[in-house]
Amino acid sequence: MKLSELIDKIDAVVIAGDDKLDLDIERIGASDMMSDILAANLGTNSMLLTGLTNVQSIKTAVIAGVEAILFVRNKRPPQAVIDTANSHGIPLLTCPYSMFVTSGRLYAQGFTGLNGLR
Amino acid sequence: MAALKKSFQLKSRDFMHAGEASISVQNMLKQIGIEPALIRRVAICAYEGEMNAVTHGENGNFRIEVNTDKIILDISDEGPGIEDIEKAMEKGFSTATEEYREMGFGAGMGLPNMETNSDRMDIESEKGQGTRVVMRFSLSPGSRKNET
Repeated sequence: MKLSELIDKIDAVVIAGDDKLDLDIERIGASDMMSDILAANLGTNSMLLTGLTNVQSIKTAVIAGVEAILFVRNKRPPQAVIDTANSHGIPLLTCPYSMFVTSGRLYAQGFTGLNGLR
Repeated sequence: MAALKKSFQLKSRDFMHAGEASISVQNMLKQIGIEPALIRRVAICAYEGEMNAVTHGENGNFRIEVNTDKIILDISDEGPGIEDIEKAMEKGFSTATEEYREMGFGAGMGLPNMETNSDRMDIESEKGQGTRVVMRFSLSPGSRKNET
């Protein structure tokens, strides 16, 4: 599903990378623990769902090859973090729901975990 | 191919810049055409190691060497050292500070992740002296983990 379409399912807004909404997302990992994302057997077309808004969430995405980040509970990272995301071409979104509800809504849309399993 | 070497100094507790050495290494490996799956393994090891050195150590030093048959990551610091390496390798064991946990790390997954993603990992550490973690990645096709 394209990022632009995914946004509608969870009432998200774009914080950074509004030129990247054509990105196709298939797999999603939800965690505030970055080592869990780094340990995941992750494929391409993946997104990180997290409440962690510091710069390490962006660096984890870059290192692990995660292509987009969605923050829950309307969280917004500080500007320096947004700048880092822009410099690495990682789009950032935020949505009003909790991690649990956001995960449920996206699962219902057919997304898989980072390892491709449901 | 001549060995390609690069090194970085790591600033203690500088979480804003921690990870930059690893991202630089990731870019370097992309540029020289290393296969993506291997780049990913090296990058994950580099990042976990860099975060550890920045968090726990002083005067962190991060080196990468790319030879014809292997990649070597050598991350060292002058820090408190690891008291019990066997225990440090257990998943979930952590001595991390609250600050480090707030970064999304410090759940005792770093060293196990590094061991899983490297072909060989050696840790030297002395209490009060520091820690050195050397990870090797085979570049020869068909070589498998734990064959070294």
